[in-house]
Amino acid sequence: MSSFDFLMQGLGAALDPMLLLYALIGVTLGTMVGVLPGIGPALTVALLLPVTYGLDPAGSLIMFAGIYYGGMYGGSTTSILLNTPGESASIVTALEGNKMARRGRGGPALATAAIGSFVAGLIATLLLAFLAPHVVKLALVFGPRDYFALMVLAFVTVSAAFGDSTLRGLTSLFVGLALACIGIDQLTGQARLAWGVPDLLDGIEVTTLAVAMFAVGEALAIAGNHAGTDDEVIAVKGSVWMNRSDWKRSWVPWLRGTFIGFPIGSMPAGGADIASFLSYSTERKLAKSPGKEEFGHGAIEGVAGPEAANNAAAAGTLVPLLTLGLPTTATAAIMLAGFQQFGLQPGPLLFATNPGLVWSLIASLLIANLMLLVLNLPLIGLWVKLLSIPRPWLYAGILMFATLGTIGANPSAFELGLLLVFGIMGYAMRLFGYPIAPVVVGLILGPMAEQQLRRALSISQGDWTTLFQSGVSATLLALSAIALLLPLVLRAIGRGKALSQFGGDED
Amino acid sequence: MRNFALGALMLGAMALPAAADYTIMAPANPGGGWDQTARTMQEVMQAEGISPTVQVVNVPGAGGTIGLAQFASQNAGNPDALIVGGYVMVGAILTNASPVTLADVTPIARLTGEYEAIVVPASSPIQTIEDLVAALKADPGAVSWGGGSAGGTDHIAVGLIAKAAGVDPTKINYIAFSGGGEALAAILGAQVTAGVSSLGEFQAQVEAGTLRLLAVSSAERIPGVEAPTLKEAGLDVVLQNWRMVAAAPGLSDEQKAKVSADIEKLVKSKGWQDQLAQKGWADTYLSGPEFDAQLQADIAATAAVLKDIGLVK
Repeated sequence: MSSFDFLMQGLGAALDPMLLLYALIGVTLGTMVGVLPGIGPALTVALLLPVTYGLDPAGSLIMFAGIYYGGMYGGSTTSILLNTPGESASIVTALEGNKMARRGRGGPALATAAIGSFVAGLIATLLLAFLAPHVVKLALVFGPRDYFALMVLAFVTVSAAFGDSTLRGLTSLFVGLALACIGIDQLTGQARLAWGVPDLLDGIEVTTLAVAMFAVGEALAIAGNHAGTDDEVIAVKGSVWMNRSDWKRSWVPWLRGTFIGFPIGSMPAGGADIASFLSYSTERKLAKSPGKEEFGHGAIEGVAGPEAANNAAAAGTLVPLLTLGLPTTATAAIMLAGFQQFGLQPGPLLFATNPGLVWSLIASLLIANLMLLVLNLPLIGLWVKLLSIPRPWLYAGILMFATLGTIGANPSAFELGLLLVFGIMGYAMRLFGYPIAPVVVGLILGPMAEQQLRRALSISQGDWTTLFQSGVSATLLALSAIALLLPLVLRAIGRGKALSQFGGDED
Repeated sequence: MRNFALGALMLGAMALPAAADYTIMAPANPGGGWDQTARTMQEVMQAEGISPTVQVVNVPGAGGTIGLAQFASQNAGNPDALIVGGYVMVGAILTNASPVTLADVTPIARLTGEYEAIVVPASSPIQTIEDLVAALKADPGAVSWGGGSAGGTDHIAVGLIAKAAGVDPTKINYIAFSGGGEALAAILGAQVTAGVSSLGEFQAQVEAGTLRLLAVSSAERIPGVEAPTLKEAGLDVVLQNWRMVAAAPGLSDEQKAKVSADIEKLVKSKGWQDQLAQKGWADTYLSGPEFDAQLQADIAATAAVLKDIGLVK
């Protein structure tokens, strides 16, 4: 039987009404737990996996797929509405999405996230089904030096995409990089900047920093700026649905996001966060009017692209998981445990020895993806009503959810203290006009870049030329150099004004 | 809005069930070995009726020492609290100079174990463990080893191998990855010379012929695994990454006996044995004074190795 026949057979089996009900329950539960800020898909799946025990394999598989996609989507809902990203990959969604929501465009932002996730999930799942064995070979070519080059590219493009003032953007980025140095050094096991505090040994949790900077900092800023009326939250302006122009501006970013996200997600050390950053900077560079001016103030492209990239990367994660038995994220590791209870042993022989189960899993992912859209599109109207809650109540609620999410993810008083300290820091940075996002980006990318560079140098026994000896890393480094130097050259020949329009106050 | 509040309430209720018999702390993120151990215990204890409701709490960080510190300080005298730990925690307590150690909790039993395996990519010119040792002796820096986090079982295994081969353990070129998975990718991609991790991580790849299994760290050959032990290759190294369960400090003898009896019931159950078989974990159940003695011996041996590698001063 060909792959296609297997898929059709799997889909046919999954269309049983009982199984569709399981899918719906899974998606609902996943979305409900996923909307708690600070609770990412990994914890959602871990919390809800026991719910699937005791069902027959087909039923638990499909419910599980539903929980997974529901958890992923739930995170973007809170990012957009409450500015509280539940995981590092939805941080970028919060950037433009929350700006849109506050301008009364929360509906289209949620819709483009939902449909973008669906489109990306659909394409990426099909790519997974038909290309997985080939993609994984490519992914294995990436060694530490190539990952380092990829990080450099991400650094250069992302920091260039933030703000008018390069100095302020870089200052924020270096604050993030400094925070990233805290904790046990991965390569030597020695503690750095921990000051003897055991809670700091594992470094600063990304979601704690993001929730603190975005949500707590903003709540403080709103409270501190009592008289300010310039920043009024408008619940709904115009239609809750996407209009013709929204569609026109969304579909290309969806596709671009998918094709950025899937390959990066497939790499064992890639990940959805890098994919969403790269997608964001790509959209920002390529945006045409009116999107170009809107970036930093709520551009729909900046939600559509990263959300698609995020979801495509999540499907990409399944490539090493299914073909190599390699769980590359915490979510994937829990999924591996889930597969094992269905008798699936992921690994190089899975597609050959157990095609039936693999294809019903893939069919389940497709169905769950569709179910998510069915569930969430009608709910958008309800979600955006949240924003019409009076502001003091809304921000009190946001603070409560931020605290709850932090405790849920990491039950410790110290973590709450960090949340507060970083919240105040976020407020101070807002007050003095420093962008917030580069701090979080520095915290995420800094350790990855550092470790990969040191691994590469350790393997080459200290020979720096190793960075240019692989085709992949040489190409990526050349691209980074172009991205870094081109704006300088353009500015030198008098086109600086046009360039500064890329920027803007993005936080 | 009412629906939303109701939903939030329901979630709260789901996340925190009111009456739990045992609460097991997994001092790591969801997905890792300790988390899987804790969640397997939860499942089997509930299914076998040992405890009607079991909760798992994740407190990640610093090789389990954050969870351990929190567990020891918050649960004194609580007979319902359990924590999962193991060999990696023994190492982490030493490297992090953790103020809270396993002496501050009540170790109950060793549960499972996995042996370490040494592999090379199928394309590697290295055919046997002897070839690898010869390369290591010729130039220790030129042999890069990919494995899990620094100071963990994999790192200790490499240090022990070097020492047994008469190579200075501080000269080894160990490349730490954040987990067996990321290391596996680097090994498959031939980015490093050799790989070290638990046998289970490599088994599927070895069967598929993409990795060559050179040796295992058990005392005797493992049935069904076609590879010599390190001992056979003349390297006096036996190492097992074991996992254990401990109870809270300050328990009375009766309370400790009750917990020990429940754990014994757990490991003797069919459900537990089935899970072990499925996950490829060896049953290394050991309890009572024998376990206490073994634990002390392991701690002393680990301290010596970490000093040799230069991770502990």
